[in-house]
Amino acid sequence: MPFPLDLIALGDPLTNLLFLVVGVGFGFMLEQAGFGRSTKLAGQFYFTDFAMFKVMFTAVITASVLIYGTAAVGLLDMRKVFVPGTYLWPIAVGAFILGVGFVIGGLCPGTSIAGAATLKIDAMVFLGGVVVGVALFGVTVPHFMDFWTYSDYGRLTLPDWLGIPSGWVVLVVVVIALLLFWAAEIYEKRSLDLDPKDAPRGRYIGAGVLVALALVIVVIGDPGTKDYWGVVSAEQQVRLDNREVQIHPGELLAIMHDKGKNVIMLDVRDQRDYNQFHIRAARQVDPTLDAVEAVALDDLSDVNNRTVIVTMSNGEKAATDAWKTLIANDVINSYILEGGINEWLEIFGEDADPKPVNYPDQLAFTFTEAIGGRCIASDPDHHEFELVYEPKVKIAAAGAVVGGGCG
Amino acid sequence: MTIKPIGPSVRKGKAPNPRPFMNEYLAGALLGAVLFLSVLLTGDGLGASGAVQRVWAGILDFIAPHYVDTSAYLVNYAGGSTNPWAHWIVFLAIGTFIGGFVSGMIGRRVYTEIVKGPRISNSTRLWFALLGGTLVGYGARFARGCTSSQGLSGSALLSVGSWVFMALFFTGALVASPFVKKLWNN
Repeated sequence: MPFPLDLIALGDPLTNLLFLVVGVGFGFMLEQAGFGRSTKLAGQFYFTDFAMFKVMFTAVITASVLIYGTAAVGLLDMRKVFVPGTYLWPIAVGAFILGVGFVIGGLCPGTSIAGAATLKIDAMVFLGGVVVGVALFGVTVPHFMDFWTYSDYGRLTLPDWLGIPSGWVVLVVVVIALLLFWAAEIYEKRSLDLDPKDAPRGRYIGAGVLVALALVIVVIGDPGTKDYWGVVSAEQQVRLDNREVQIHPGELLAIMHDKGKNVIMLDVRDQRDYNQFHIRAARQVDPTLDAVEAVALDDLSDVNNRTVIVTMSNGEKAATDAWKTLIANDVINSYILEGGINEWLEIFGEDADPKPVNYPDQLAFTFTEAIGGRCIASDPDHHEFELVYEPKVKIAAAGAVVGGGCG
Repeated sequence: MTIKPIGPSVRKGKAPNPRPFMNEYLAGALLGAVLFLSVLLTGDGLGASGAVQRVWAGILDFIAPHYVDTSAYLVNYAGGSTNPWAHWIVFLAIGTFIGGFVSGMIGRRVYTEIVKGPRISNSTRLWFALLGGTLVGYGARFARGCTSSQGLSGSALLSVGSWVFMALFFTGALVASPFVKKLWNN
């Protein structure tokens, strides 16, 4: 997914220029819509002017369709898009105060900038008031810091919360907005004496296009692991083929005893092989796509950048598939145990009896009893072994989502 | 008292002759397109109050650096050697100002004016603009975003908190509107 752009790679001057250009578009459209004029915006709350409602919700549904549409076709990686965190109660209280201030002052921070740019003196004074309010908040927030950080649900979108695909949510939002526009036009005709025939016919075409696009998003569905792997496969397959991510058992052992690093080991063999023998701290995960994906999304999505994740199977096959799933889901510091458990036992398993294997991912040793993680080979003494290997683990910082409009 | 409109859009000795605004739906669709491009290219939506916060933090950092460095809230924006103005949202706000000016020039709307309801004086309007701005600034920081970032951008991204924001924003404005009817209406 080529978007959003990597702003860190882009560098500060170009990033700031990009935002400047986006801002020009923003200010231009606010002024074009008449949002620099307080009377026009305040009119919404006396039902004398529906511009604010219509512009705002047309913008929301247009942007929503385009954003989730480009995400569905794999152009935009939603995981790298900043979504304001849901601090439920502070947002509710703040929005209420903001609403009261809005109807008193007739503007909001963005529109007052557009108003000030067209020399509206009330907008300039309003903007000064915003500075006062921001300053007052900075002074008073220490007294209710607990409340301000209360009810933090993190990044929570309606599709996540409701557990339904984003296409359906977009479609419902679009349809509700269109119905409200229709109701507003009926009201305008009856009470404000505006003839809906004066409004451009093109709005019906626009409405049709938005509904059609929302339906397309529903049909395509949300991107999944396979889509994400498809995007990164070109560069990641090279790492696999060059064996940059298959780490020697000796390196894994060293990391296990490195106090500066954490290691999470995912043993993607079936329960039987795991019970026979496994590395002591390894966690058994079924080798299915769904199981590994669940671990990647639920448990590994926010591991710190001192943590290395190592997948292992008897050989390398299942471990490699699991690694692809992790990488596709942005668990970046992931590696594969070279040669798998079989090579591990060859080096450390003094008591294990080798047996011939019929297929690559078969356990190549027999055990007289299932020893699980209880034998010496499960957690060998790293001082006892002088192993020569090429260290491959390079910890990369995650491409974290930074900033945010509220930031 | 009326103020005499002056500005690049006013010809000498003539009354301002602004062009009408764009159709609401078209303006909304184009505003949505700008928001989409912002998200697509930068991974961030639009915003405004964050810039005010940073500009203010920068001023404070200049006059009272120790206060900033020891404030648990302000260290989010300034403090130490961080320059609070060197942030993209400040550039976004500068762009917003430029864009507003260009659009106003095209629409012949750049001239001094105190926009107000017909029943109140200029000074009343300006005092209430200051009061409203103060409440909006306070509420925007409280809600971690204003109508642009939480309202517009967050809603388009389908954030749950942003839809709560929208609901409570409209509720607050509708609850307060009867009390300030005189400010805006005949």
